[in-house]
Amino acid sequence: MNEITVFIMGKGYRVPAGLTIMKAMEYAGYMLNRGCGCRGGYCGACATVYRLPGDYKLYADLACQTPVQDGMYIAQLPFTPAERPEYTLDELKPDGAALLALFPELARCVACNTCTKACPQKLEVMDAVQSCLRGDIPQVAEFTFDCVSCGLCTMRCPAEISHHHVWQLARRLNGAYLTPRAEHVKARVEEIATGKFKGELDKLVTMTKDDLVAAYKARQIEA
Amino acid sequence: MPTNRSPVTRHPSRLAYFPGCAMKDQARSDEVGTLRALALLGYEIEEIPRWNCCGTVYSLAQDDLMRHVGPVRNLVRVQGMGEKRVLTLCAMCYGTLTRSARFVQEPERLKRINAFMDTEDDFRGGIEVVHLLTLLRDEVGYEVLASKVKRSLDGLKVATYYGCVLLRPREFAVDDPERPEVMERVVEAMGGTPTTFPERMECCGAYLTVGRSDIVADRAGRILRSARGGGADVVVTTCPLCQFNLEECRPAGAPLLPVLYLGQILAWAMGEDEPAVAALVAKEPATGKPVSTGV
Repeated sequence: MNEITVFIMGKGYRVPAGLTIMKAMEYAGYMLNRGCGCRGGYCGACATVYRLPGDYKLYADLACQTPVQDGMYIAQLPFTPAERPEYTLDELKPDGAALLALFPELARCVACNTCTKACPQKLEVMDAVQSCLRGDIPQVAEFTFDCVSCGLCTMRCPAEISHHHVWQLARRLNGAYLTPRAEHVKARVEEIATGKFKGELDKLVTMTKDDLVAAYKARQIEA
Repeated sequence: MPTNRSPVTRHPSRLAYFPGCAMKDQARSDEVGTLRALALLGYEIEEIPRWNCCGTVYSLAQDDLMRHVGPVRNLVRVQGMGEKRVLTLCAMCYGTLTRSARFVQEPERLKRINAFMDTEDDFRGGIEVVHLLTLLRDEVGYEVLASKVKRSLDGLKVATYYGCVLLRPREFAVDDPERPEVMERVVEAMGGTPTTFPERMECCGAYLTVGRSDIVADRAGRILRSARGGGADVVVTTCPLCQFNLEECRPAGAPLLPVLYLGQILAWAMGEDEPAVAALVAKEPATGKPVSTGV
């Protein structure tokens, strides 16, 4: 077997080449109770930092998405502490002032771009911070649509911004105030409220099991 | 006149434009009017792709290179457009961009900043930062400007308020820091009457508006009283922060002079629809000639 050496929390292990960092940790005997979720790159729980021999850079990525390399030094960051202020969406206006009032540290951004370099999703994180500063909420929502809230940018930011909480607020403001309303959903909810489907539903609820099975089998489905 | 001005290309059409955050937020109406006016003067304005905050306040720490990354990154983006100069409409942006461009003329600093910004092209230097006022003076020229004016301000008394960043420190001043005249000449070219007042170069309080609005209110009151004392109908600035501070931090009892951005007046004079300026200048029905209402 083609084996390589990785260092997990400072201790060396021989692991098969080609594993992800997460699988290499499990191969080495770690049991992951925290810092492990979907294993598919979506949940953002397995934020990991690493260095490579002879390279001054600190890299950041998701453990479930990143293959191990020989000589890799690995440390997991299962959780990023980040301030999340309370707010009531109905009382906010969708503008830059609302974001700055709740997250004043946004104004400390010096555009160093360290957040962007840390992002495993390859988002333009710094540009999203800058869009906050100019009050462009739809742009923030668009830049951060694929954010998995792993917290790596937040861990690296010299301005100590809690990025993923800002993005969440921006997307909520965008959804609540700035995107077109789904009028058809509203109409359907009203239909339900006025009892349009009540007769059909009552009929189903009171059916015997045999009648229900027969009705299910006789249902019209697309070919 | 400052001696540091480098020669600029004449009769250009394309002009790279750095808006700055204020122009996209509180000062949006300043930007809209000014860009329309510049289009009428023959400019093809192209906003820099993916710009970031200029830094707002220039860092004086010699060893704090991180503070210069933001402004330099914007200059890298101008370089990426194949442009040699960039326009800004904001005094704060003008200050940080110009001074950072000078700061990285020292090769060791530039080398370190370029090494840090490793995801960008290296900045090679040689980008000139142009402010609305220097553009109107050095490229358009007062005479050409006057010839393009469609509606004269017809003697409207305009208090030309510079604030501090455009004139200080001396080596980055857009004009003589003791006796500036560029804004007065632009107002004259549009048919207005610039008024003199002692506080025209005083600081508005700038970023203290964030934490010490009481100081800004005091400054704003003094500046507005001084402008009113000079007989002005309107105060004009070329800085959205000065405009914000004079308008929003105006203390009770201070003169209710409107505070406009120069580009708004420029747009109106060029024939554009600018309600804020139109409110100041009422048309005389018999002649159709605009006259000052002395707000």
